[in-house]
Amino acid sequence: MLGRLTLDAFKHDMIVMGGVATMILGLLSLIFVITYLKRWRWLWKEWITTVDPKKIGVMYIIVALVMLLRGGADALMMRAQQALSSGTSHGILSSDHFQQIFTAHGSMMIFFVAMGLMFGLINLIVPLQIGARDVAFPFMNATSFWLFLMGAILMNTSLVIGEFAATGWLAYPPLSGLAYSPGVGVDYWIWSLQIAGIGSLLSGVNFFTTILKLRRQGMKLMKMPLFTWSVLNAMVLVIFAFPILTATLALLTLDRTIGTHFFTATEGGNPMMYVNLIWAWGHPEVYILILPAFGIFSEVVATFSRKRLFGYTSMVFALAAITLLSFTVWLHHFFTMGAGADVNAFFGISTMIISIPTGVKVFNWLFTMYKGRIVLTTPMLWFLGFVATFTIGGVAGVLMSVPPADFQLHNSLFLVAHFHTMIIGGVVFGYFAGIAYWFPKIFGVKLNERIGRYVFWSWLIGFCTAFIPLYALGLMGATRRLDHYDASLGWQGLFIVAGVGVLIIMLGIGLQVLQFLISFMQRRWNRDRTGDPWNARTLEWATRSPVPFYNFAELTPISDRDAFWEAKQRGIDLRTPKTYTDIQLPKNTPIGFFIALLAFVIGFAIVWHIWWLAIVAFLGVIAMLIIRLSDDETEYIVPAADVRKFEAGEQPA
Amino acid sequence: MSMELTDKPLITQKAHYQQVAEADHSKTLVGFWVYLMTDCVLFASLFAVFAVLRNNTNGGPGGPELFNLPFVLVETIILLTSSFVCGLVLLAAQRKARSYVVAGLLIIFLLGLSFMALELTEFSHLVHEGNSWRESGFLSAFFTLVGTHGLHITVGLLWMVVMIVQIVRKGLTDPVLRRLSLFAMFWHFLDVVWIFIFSLVYLLGSMS
Repeated sequence: MLGRLTLDAFKHDMIVMGGVATMILGLLSLIFVITYLKRWRWLWKEWITTVDPKKIGVMYIIVALVMLLRGGADALMMRAQQALSSGTSHGILSSDHFQQIFTAHGSMMIFFVAMGLMFGLINLIVPLQIGARDVAFPFMNATSFWLFLMGAILMNTSLVIGEFAATGWLAYPPLSGLAYSPGVGVDYWIWSLQIAGIGSLLSGVNFFTTILKLRRQGMKLMKMPLFTWSVLNAMVLVIFAFPILTATLALLTLDRTIGTHFFTATEGGNPMMYVNLIWAWGHPEVYILILPAFGIFSEVVATFSRKRLFGYTSMVFALAAITLLSFTVWLHHFFTMGAGADVNAFFGISTMIISIPTGVKVFNWLFTMYKGRIVLTTPMLWFLGFVATFTIGGVAGVLMSVPPADFQLHNSLFLVAHFHTMIIGGVVFGYFAGIAYWFPKIFGVKLNERIGRYVFWSWLIGFCTAFIPLYALGLMGATRRLDHYDASLGWQGLFIVAGVGVLIIMLGIGLQVLQFLISFMQRRWNRDRTGDPWNARTLEWATRSPVPFYNFAELTPISDRDAFWEAKQRGIDLRTPKTYTDIQLPKNTPIGFFIALLAFVIGFAIVWHIWWLAIVAFLGVIAMLIIRLSDDETEYIVPAADVRKFEAGEQPA
Repeated sequence: MSMELTDKPLITQKAHYQQVAEADHSKTLVGFWVYLMTDCVLFASLFAVFAVLRNNTNGGPGGPELFNLPFVLVETIILLTSSFVCGLVLLAAQRKARSYVVAGLLIIFLLGLSFMALELTEFSHLVHEGNSWRESGFLSAFFTLVGTHGLHITVGLLWMVVMIVQIVRKGLTDPVLRRLSLFAMFWHFLDVVWIFIFSLVYLLGSMS
């Protein structure tokens, strides 16, 4: 009846129990607060059934920040273990628990923090920036979000019920095969990623279509803002890369459930094929994360240098070049596979080539600043921090693209330091810049700049303290994922420094939460009444802050790149509508939420081999889809008279 | 695909909604095309896996011993015929010939059903002779690639049932026609995938 699920699944050691207790307490207090404030109906009507990309974007970012806390707690435990576990001391964690933690840390940070921040900002800004009222497929967009959330919940469920994978965040076979990982951990990993991954794939289709079909009249491709360009390229990567992930995870599932031999070490399987497939997705994936961050920096630099972006055309071509090249480098993740000198040389050289368009972008940003009137706001600080860290990380990457050097550095802490430099210094800094930059547009409140600077400096200093020692340790021979090392190696000092760095980053995260709270408390003083607090350049600033649910009352055609800036220069008012028309918008629906909930049930049921439940939930998904796809009246009309009232700040009857 | 009213004051409100409907149609078609491309990448991955594993027979039989080409040719002809009928159905839909559309869909449904029956016959035959997906990397890849196509055909069958119900209940309205054209794209796409399976898996596999 319950498959493999028994009471043993709920038994854990003290540290895990602490985590479980924290999670359950958090959940209970959330339920209490919502009940106390009588907000259930509001939650259902305004958030759970919403198809408004602005609200969906906010939810993505909230989930991502909560997951950042979880992934950050994992990082803290790993650093504590490695700082302590030298010589006779074995630290605070068992080997198995340590392995589960580094697996969870990587999966959580990539899939639920970085991807969440990315899709959050895309949802918030892309429709506004292209001057549209919505995305191409609003219902599908909501479904994507709920799938993302359910994937995250499933991964966290493994903490309470059962165990998580102890295989590393990409679960290489044969270790992740049934023979060596017979428990439920790998299955949890597979199904969290599969559910969230399908959500991401749908989002890719959605935003690709949105950008191609819903742009404001007059916004030709070469007039699109660079954030939109970067998202278009990232979505192309999603479309080409995520089906490979779907297929690979499905094949690993088949290996683990019905006894196929895709990745087994015996009977005709080929484990290295898994490594190739997962990186054919995985390498584009890191570019999926970084490209929108590039786009954000392009907006931030132009706005705060008060200059048109330098080299727009070359920026667009650099994005396209990176998009193409990102599919030709996956093998550099395993030069040590032994594919031979020719193959390694090809992938080594293509890896070096990809640094050229990236360099073009860095120089274009710097040239944009040259002779500009630079305003040093927090988004601009994040940008400057990014240039420094990303260049260091990039140089380390080019170093490792040389196969003989990589043979020494493969799976060392040098590699760990390299990709954290790219992902924290590039992706995280980029999305934090984006949040600081667009916060007033979404909430109508500017973030407190002083605390913002503290956040930035905590992150930058903490990041350097945490990861520069890892470069040194890697060169000294420390491999990744060590839960214990010999005292005679002399590594402990550097590990302790790295641990202190994580604490400083934690301080930054705490200050970030404080920044949100204080900015809201001070909203009377820092409210954005103009809709354009930064004197910015692109269309998302051509509407009120916070943005009305229909985005724009009037869809005035545009003719320039930096459309809003040009309009301001010519004294054209893009904000006040000249005529009012009826607006057609999608109706709210709970079906996306239900589908994702059922997907969660399917995932959980397959993890625990509760087959009847999986089948019932699967039939439920089909029923939901048929109901939704047979519905012809998915939209409603906001009458022109109501729009006029909304624009005047009144509520229509 | 302008959705703009203010710069074209002569357009009436009704024409405006007409334009909105056309824009909806166009974005749905584009979105569905893109979805099909993602599906194409999914199949491409499975083809790549098959290419890597095709000689890993683990000492068991390979393609030349297992495949029955005349049988697969019959499957192919059935599927190609169904695609031809699917084209006729779209033509009939344009003429708003409702009964022809329903009849055509029924024919496609029966052809698809017989294709699935043949495929499952082949599968159960293989399993009964002791050549299931558990036996070798080659058989795992074969069952998964061909089975994934079969799964898509099954989705198509279900979709046809829903379409027939909708056409009978609602008639050939704009949304129904839009769904019908999406279905046609899906069905033709599956045909293309099958051509590759037929050539790369069965024909090439029988030769080596």
